[in-house]
Amino acid sequence: MPKGNIINRDRFLENIRAKIGGIASDKPVEKPTWSVTPQRNVLEGYDQDQLITVLKDQCDNIHTDFFQTNVNELSATIESIMNQYQSKTVVYSEDKRFEETNISDFLAQLDSFKWDRLDRESSIKFAERAEIGITFSDITLAESGTVVLLNDKGQGRSVSLLPANYIAIIPKSTIVKRMTQATDYIHQKVENDENIASCINFITGPSNSADIEMNLVVGVHGPIRAAYIVVDDI
Amino acid sequence: MPMHIGEKDFKKRVTKGIEDDFMRGAVRSAQGRLQDKRATAADELGDWEDWRTLGSEIRSHTIEHLDYYLNQLSEKVAELGGHVFFAETGEEANEYIQKIAKEKEAKKIAKSKSMVTEEISMNEALEEIGCEVIETDLGEYILQIDDHDPPSHIVAPALHKNKEQIRDVFNEKLGYLKTEKPEELALFAREKLREEFLSADLGITGCNFAVAESGSFALVTNEGNARMVSALPKTQITVMGMERIVPGWEELDVVVSLLTRAAVGQKLTSYITALTGPKQLEEADGPEEFHLVIVDNGRSKILGTEFQEALHCIRCAACINVCPVYRHVGGHAYGSIYPGPIGAVLSPLLSDYDEYKELPYASSLCGACTEVCPVKIPLHEQLIMHRRKMVEDEKRTTLSERVAMRGFEQLMNSASLYRTATKMAPFMSTPFARKQMITKGPGPLKHWTHARDFPKPENERFRDWFKNREKRGEQDAKR
Repeated sequence: MPKGNIINRDRFLENIRAKIGGIASDKPVEKPTWSVTPQRNVLEGYDQDQLITVLKDQCDNIHTDFFQTNVNELSATIESIMNQYQSKTVVYSEDKRFEETNISDFLAQLDSFKWDRLDRESSIKFAERAEIGITFSDITLAESGTVVLLNDKGQGRSVSLLPANYIAIIPKSTIVKRMTQATDYIHQKVENDENIASCINFITGPSNSADIEMNLVVGVHGPIRAAYIVVDDI
Repeated sequence: MPMHIGEKDFKKRVTKGIEDDFMRGAVRSAQGRLQDKRATAADELGDWEDWRTLGSEIRSHTIEHLDYYLNQLSEKVAELGGHVFFAETGEEANEYIQKIAKEKEAKKIAKSKSMVTEEISMNEALEEIGCEVIETDLGEYILQIDDHDPPSHIVAPALHKNKEQIRDVFNEKLGYLKTEKPEELALFAREKLREEFLSADLGITGCNFAVAESGSFALVTNEGNARMVSALPKTQITVMGMERIVPGWEELDVVVSLLTRAAVGQKLTSYITALTGPKQLEEADGPEEFHLVIVDNGRSKILGTEFQEALHCIRCAACINVCPVYRHVGGHAYGSIYPGPIGAVLSPLLSDYDEYKELPYASSLCGACTEVCPVKIPLHEQLIMHRRKMVEDEKRTTLSERVAMRGFEQLMNSASLYRTATKMAPFMSTPFARKQMITKGPGPLKHWTHARDFPKPENERFRDWFKNREKRGEQDAKR
């Protein structure tokens, strides 16, 4: 993609520099060492199974159904959640983990659609019609009960957004303590000059709002119901 | 909507707020819940004071090097193919946004919540050129449908409305026929707005935090509307106040963790969406074209002054949620889209003392705001600085106050005048007194006695009482 335009920058930054007595902006600023790092102490020493317990407990706070299973039972678990949510039409991301776990075979028997990175119209149209969206989690945050999706290429943004129901499949190995570990990972990619996904979504349960009398309503523009399935061995 | 909202006269706004019983009830209960949730979330996290220290260090460093980080941000966005426009004023920002809307022949614009676009009256500018702008945050949508009722809180804009009022507005304007249950109201909005997301030509978002190192920006939301706005329309414009930036992802973690807890007591909100440039090749959804508009609009006036820390604000509204003044007068009384303690500090800075001279006095200086601020802005001290500045530097006091103060000075400097005045006080006040209390005072006493009684001055002055006491003592001793 060609480089974008930058308009009015010099005058704007000159003015700021004059006010704060800043240095010329082309000289790198050294980020100081922060005096405290409390984010590193959260859930310190927890092992993977303890983190799963934290995640499971947090699901109660975020109105999310929690399941734990193994690869062999994964399709059956998805099927039972779909029944529970009365969902028949499925949209899912293009992600090789669907093939590796044989879920794609199971989904192929249903009214389903694999996100097509090259076809905007059909992909969005189907996602809008689908009753449930399914994705894998790329990084999972135990503390807050959050699945992190690195949305690019075959991982469409709409899969976890447009359908009224959403399932996130969480490989046990993706579970980390909190947001700190996810942002460390992304920062490292930036440091190494690698591209990061154009849209990184930190998703914590179904959508909600407290805009009417501060009463919590679960399900506004995004999904109304959400389920997490932790899979033991991928 | 411009920054200034409602009635021009401060006292009239306050009276209107105080007389609105429903609004006051709604504010009381919201404040209670939000305070509890914030305190619980801070306790659960542990090391809260360390977190605040870290937040404060990050914000100080970033603002001290704002030119560097904004430069880095704009370079990264442009590298990814996005366009960056630096706007010194609201007008410049609006002109640029109008230009993009015209180029794209945009008829319908879906917008997610953004305070800075309110501040610069962006919606009005777009409506002027024939665009339809749809607010998609539930609270903002309710206000927009209700003939553009102004927001009264920066996180929960429709806090002052009850569900029955919302039901009636939906019924009158949109033909809604169901009950006042929040679930039914929200479902109705979901269905209405879904069509709008899918057919919008242009999406406009605000920005909670830009990340300089990667040219990203994060949206902190719960409803999913900001995700829609950034996934479906082919063109996206993001508008950010120039101070809303952090150096890198490590710092993003910290400010987001502070924001979600301080604002609503959540560990994270339902969606933290970090967007980096327009969509890249082989991506089906997301915007093909992306514009970032960075707005100054008075912020740089604050840099390098004693108020610089006001720019550290992360817009969590924790100070609003604990403020006893906000509790009684509500958000609209401030006459600014930024209410509460942070509004009282910021509004006179972004605008001027002519418009907002009363706000620094709309505080009891109890300091609760300073105590809860997640990035340690000394809010009540800044309010005192405003007062000092207005009185000492700008001589902005009312004539009656100056006359009264001069009179007081003369009185205190002259022994004979002082003696006469204190002797006269009991006689002068008698006509206003009932049972030793003044309930309807004259002149400057009026505002005090409107809310509470004032004790009638004692008939015997302290000096006389003291002198007589000795005599009385002698007499008592003789007995």
